Amino acid sequence: MIVAQRKPIDEILAMLAGCRRVLVLACGGCVSVCLTGGEKQADILASQLRLAAKARGQEMDAQSDCITRQCDREFFADLKADPAGFDAVLSIACGVGVGYMSELYPAVRVLPGLDTTFYGANVGPGQWQEYCHGCGQCMLAWTGGICPIARCAKSLVNGTCGGTKDGKCEVSPEMDCGWYLIYQKLKAAGRLDELLAIRPPPDWAKDRSGGLRRMSVEELADLGKE
Amino acid sequence: MTNQASDRYVSSLQAALAGGQFVFTGEIGPPKGVSVEKCLHQAEQYLKGRVAAVNVTDIQTAVMRLGSLALSHLLAERGMEPVFQMVTRDRNRLALQSDLLGAYVLGIRNVLALTGDHVSMGDHPQAKCVYDLDSVGLLSAMTMLESGHDLGLDSKGAPNVLEGSPKFFKGCCVTPCTEEVAPQIIKLEKKVAAGAQFVQTQAVYEPEAFDKFMGEVRRRGINAPVMVGIVMLKTVAMGRYMNSSVPGVKVPEATLDRLAKAAKDDRQKVSIEICAELVRAMKPFCQGAHLMTLGWDHCVPEIIRQAT
Ligand code: SF4
Repeated sequence: MIVAQRKPIDEILAMLAGCRRVLVLACGGCVSVCLTGGEKQADILASQLRLAAKARGQEMDAQSDCITRQCDREFFADLKADPAGFDAVLSIACGVGVGYMSELYPAVRVLPGLDTTFYGANVGPGQWQEYCHGCGQCMLAWTGGICPIARCAKSLVNGTCGGTKDGKCEVSPEMDCGWYLIYQKLKAAGRLDELLAIRPPPDWAKDRSGGLRRMSVEELADLGKE
Repeated sequence: MTNQASDRYVSSLQAALAGGQFVFTGEIGPPKGVSVEKCLHQAEQYLKGRVAAVNVTDIQTAVMRLGSLALSHLLAERGMEPVFQMVTRDRNRLALQSDLLGAYVLGIRNVLALTGDHVSMGDHPQAKCVYDLDSVGLLSAMTMLESGHDLGLDSKGAPNVLEGSPKFFKGCCVTPCTEEVAPQIIKLEKKVAAGAQFVQTQAVYEPEAFDKFMGEVRRRGINAPVMVGIVMLKTVAMGRYMNSSVPGVKVPEATLDRLAKAAKDDRQKVSIEICAELVRAMKPFCQGAHLMTLGWDHCVPEIIRQAT
């Protein structure tokens, strides 16, 4: 899932300067699971905004709403009110939702309430961790299912650097060394040979360096034409 | 600068290692700024004629400073053979390959391929990490350039052809005294397969551990010459810091004790002795020593004298 964090309230208030009617729009997808962009968070944020405005002697009509997903056109039909009626929509979806809604409603000012951070999984109560970087060339087959692009701080593909210490990364003693994990996993599986192959430099054109990435599934595209 | 280099060898360092003599190299760090005279003068005074080559660090510990290519060139101009250190942290494959060609036309032949410390360890922690290639990739790039091609492909999918190809003496690094040494050796094997012709190690203070490491390296059929890394232990505090914070470096308590017990005026003398003893103890297992004196360049002549 996509993990995102709430922006600091001061940054949100600065974005909303001058706005009187604001819609805080939640998303029922990933960000509700990580408890930053769900319905409840939208209610709380809307009341925070009203209080903050009041504290400065201003009035803000901050309402909240939630749709199933902000990355699919059909769900926008469920909006309780027309977004055009607001000075701004503060979307607390991930950046995909913010961007997609901006495109769907060119005349509406859609602002981000979250910082979208990574693709991760829930690893403990209230804890999410990055597992994938979306590099476009999955190499988990030969790394014991542990991603060196996402989990090595340097995204190295040929094994550990000299900075690993007691299984931790040189960047922080709290961060596991991705290559230490890969090594232990392959060792336990009796597959250390995988590590001996020289891996060519990644094709970063499949990552962000190639510009905007798109995907089309022909069957669906054909259905659309019919 | 390549006076000993012949048709067979591209640099004096390569010739010296091939000649079977025990080889010393030194190291200088470029300044943060443009005042190069001091470090060049130190190198000229204490390293020139005493070491086979002088490493020039590349934006070491991710602290922004003068680049290693420029200082390597200045060393060469003053008759000292540089080892141009190159980290993959700051440049993508276009810039790395281009700088390798640049180094070659400036007369630089020894290149040490390193990953480089993460930017979070330096003084620009917000910088974007590049790591387009890793150290194995950089060594492969050098090998590719030597073959007259680069890493790119032309419209027919064949490697691009160069107008004139360089020739390097290619080095790599390894950490021999880390808790788990097998992953280091696996990576070393790949670096050598990718083209590394000599190896420099991280600091070693434990000759027995190094002996074991070298046994394993040779057992795996890695035959490239290895130069053991000797980092001058200047203070007890520095040793303690390395023990707690520098991965793969362990300074034994006995060594720290020895330095602690020395009278203040004798500390430097004892530091020199420790370096020289380490070199003597490890000489039987390796082909040279890379001396990192961290600014105490004036100690190099005495370390070499005592170690030989
Ligand atoms: S210590 Fe491990 S995770 Fe950190 S950069 Fe080095 S190899 Fe990658």
